[in-house]
Amino acid sequence: MGAPLVLLLVLFLVYPVGQLLLLSVYGDNGFTLAQYRQLFASSVYLDVLLITLKISLVTTLICVVTGYPIAYLISVVGKERKATLLFWVLLSFWTSFLVRAFAWIVLLGRNGVINKTLVSLGIISSPANLLYNFGSVLVGMVNALLPLAVLTMLSVMENIDRNLPRAAATLGARPGMAFWKIYFPLSLPGVAAAGIMVFVTAIGFFIVPALLGGRRETMITQLIIDQVQQTMNWGFAGAISVLLLVVVLIVFAAYDRLLGLSTMTGASAPSNAKPSRLSGPVVRAGDALLTLLGAISDRIVLLWPSRRRDRNSDQAGMGLQAFVWTMLLIISAPTILMIPLSFGTGGLNWPPQGFTLHWYETVLNSSVWTQAMLRSLLVGIGTGLLAMLIGTPAAFLLVRSDIRGKAAWLAFILSPIVVPRMIIAVGLFYVFARMGLVGSAVGLILGHTVVAVPYVVMTMMAVLRNYDTRLDQAAQSLGARPFATLRFVTFPILGAGMMSSFLFAFATSFDELTIALFATGGLNATLPKQFWDEVTLQVSPSIAAVSTCLFVFMGLLIFVAERLRRRAAAR
Amino acid sequence: MVSSSLRIHALCKRYGDFVALAPTSLEVAKGEFLTLLGPSGSGKTTLLSLIAGLAHPDEGQILIDDTDVTRSPAYARDIGVVFQNYALFPHMTIEDNIAFPLKMRKVSDAEARRRTAEALETVCLPHVAKRYPRELSGGQQQRIALARCIVYRPAIILMDEPLGALDKKLRDQMQLEIKRIHRELGTTIVYVTHDQEEAMTMSDRICLMNAGAIEQLGTPQDLYFRPRSVFVADFLGESNLLSATVRGVDGEGLDIVLTEQASASRAVGNGSRFATGEPVKVMVRPQNLVVGEGGQLSGRLTDVMISGSLTRLYIAPETAGLPQLVAAHPTRSGSAPYEIGQRLSLGWHAADAVAIHDGKET
Repeated sequence: MGAPLVLLLVLFLVYPVGQLLLLSVYGDNGFTLAQYRQLFASSVYLDVLLITLKISLVTTLICVVTGYPIAYLISVVGKERKATLLFWVLLSFWTSFLVRAFAWIVLLGRNGVINKTLVSLGIISSPANLLYNFGSVLVGMVNALLPLAVLTMLSVMENIDRNLPRAAATLGARPGMAFWKIYFPLSLPGVAAAGIMVFVTAIGFFIVPALLGGRRETMITQLIIDQVQQTMNWGFAGAISVLLLVVVLIVFAAYDRLLGLSTMTGASAPSNAKPSRLSGPVVRAGDALLTLLGAISDRIVLLWPSRRRDRNSDQAGMGLQAFVWTMLLIISAPTILMIPLSFGTGGLNWPPQGFTLHWYETVLNSSVWTQAMLRSLLVGIGTGLLAMLIGTPAAFLLVRSDIRGKAAWLAFILSPIVVPRMIIAVGLFYVFARMGLVGSAVGLILGHTVVAVPYVVMTMMAVLRNYDTRLDQAAQSLGARPFATLRFVTFPILGAGMMSSFLFAFATSFDELTIALFATGGLNATLPKQFWDEVTLQVSPSIAAVSTCLFVFMGLLIFVAERLRRRAAAR
Repeated sequence: MVSSSLRIHALCKRYGDFVALAPTSLEVAKGEFLTLLGPSGSGKTTLLSLIAGLAHPDEGQILIDDTDVTRSPAYARDIGVVFQNYALFPHMTIEDNIAFPLKMRKVSDAEARRRTAEALETVCLPHVAKRYPRELSGGQQQRIALARCIVYRPAIILMDEPLGALDKKLRDQMQLEIKRIHRELGTTIVYVTHDQEEAMTMSDRICLMNAGAIEQLGTPQDLYFRPRSVFVADFLGESNLLSATVRGVDGEGLDIVLTEQASASRAVGNGSRFATGEPVKVMVRPQNLVVGEGGQLSGRLTDVMISGSLTRLYIAPETAGLPQLVAAHPTRSGSAPYEIGQRLSLGWHAADAVAIHDGKET
């Protein structure tokens, strides 16, 4: 049952990436280290690597620190407020990186909302240069990755028993102490998982630094793009890829040493969390630190004489709520502010003037855009179906049967998430070029399936773990043959889960730029590729119109997916 | 009089329009074992949460050892809670779990170690100190949860259906264990359960709750033999309830006439006042319904069930309108077997027929 998945990954992940890595050491005259000599000849590439690490590290820190309170609030509030909060996080999560980066260009521009507001308030006399610097890249990166950090931490926090902090309170712990000594240590696996997810994704980013950064914020993946698109220097692109891959692997190895990779795969319910591999003194020091933090927080609370300390311990504080809503506003506002601009006659200058559908007409009348939309829909649906067909049986296999080396298989299946997307993209481009698949929908669907299938497998594994296999046994005891059991019992119950994993794969493909960047062009372009081509040429209001369409489309998609999820949960 | 450990005055909790707890007053003496018993949604867990400080009342007062703690947070009350799912901290060893409340109270390390070991001795699990909660069985986790409470000697220990997750045999064993610890330490315990047998075995007093209010408060014997309402009679143990009318009152005794049978008989009151002509329910427990000659009622045997020590007879009365009756006697070997359909005569002693106000207690 897992054969198609293994075949897919070997052909379109292992082989292309292997090829690319080989290219870095094989020149026309056999084995050579020339590429690596060039890589380390000057400090240029190492500087780019350092900048990449710096941006990624700062982004990770900000995402985890600001994401923690958001995830915490979502995990403690009541059902309805939780749905609202989660909607905004998910909307941001699913809104294309491109759309969000573009929105920040508009927002931070010389005539953008921020400059205009600051000037009209008299805080500054002339518009400031807010774009193309370290700060703007950071803002874009945090906006891009904060939702990921929140969702990763949330998955762990939701599994923390609400009774534990309450139990701590009855045992004499003040709120600060209960948080730092009980809740925080239990949420740490989520923090670590969020940290590594964000860091590894950030290292492979190129959209944000390319759109919002200046020359000094060039990141490593941009170098790879340059090598492939401008000089077709496969060998050197391969060498840079190796460098990138080595960095990522070192990060993972360090993570595994400290915390164990098993904490990442969602099996990190605190009840079966292994005691940390950290040695005794470190643990004691950590414990002392947490005790200190607890004592300090409680001291601070005591300093606040006016505060009513008798309020319900389950109710979140006003400060926390204000912070969370501010953060959600910051990550959602840019895209939303673009909506009025897309109907304006005054270009992308704030405030919007007049009302026109001109930009929407321009987009709809342009065959490039309409072709791109159709192509994206086609590829997205193809990817969704293929990923489901291949991923679901593999999930069955991993959950239901006792195959040997389950952990290793799982690691292999999840590897498309771990390997930086850019390396997969360049490898696929090289292989597709020789197979004549460049620019074809089939090639794109295959490439997108490789990166979407891990999500399908993970979703379906989660669904299957919650599925009561006794229902199947009951069906069989009532006379249903295996196929009838699948058709009348198993699939109807798993339907919602399958639908949501289809949507997940669809959305992944619909928003995919890295693979599409090389594999398509002109009339073959997908929507993100067309968007990228336009936005790197010029910043025009028609892009705002496209962004608005994408935003609304994604909003609807989440709404539908959420409905499905709830229907599944209601059963 | 023994000073009270816990005093609750007109405590009330609403969630929107829903009254989780109607104004309720209650006193628990030092060292007493009080059980809050009732069906789910009766307000017993709400009351427990209010005492623990995990929920906050809309009105009323809570005093622990004569200190008003109504507005105090959970950590400042001198209480211990054993949670339904134990709520042991999964990232701490058993030892650290038990030492946690001592650390919060800034007890010195050496003292904390000594008392932790002592608490583990008390619950008969000294060898698990270094393990993690998930490595213990349900029953062991239950004991550790208890040890974590007794280690700091709180004025009151609150237990929220602590044995709910255990199987029958383990539950019986833990009931004895909890009683032993209660005796040895003399702690005040407020215990929540929906299991009437558990409440009967363990409690000094039972507080039976229904629909957010106290239905009856008293010793297990009080509740069992002198139920104040039909609800209490029904909830605790099996009972036969017959409609009747009061014809005369002399002290504790009552002259009554069964509605369907129209025959005069005698009953005792349940402690409340009755008036002549009033409609009542007469409760006779199955073991007090005697099978033999010359009884007040007769009927046909429909079913016989032998549940170990007791034999239960289910009887359809011959008089129309009477409910199915159940009689019980100790199972005896070698006695003549019953035959389904056999005609039986049933009677009871006046002292075993308890009159209860029909409808709600006034």
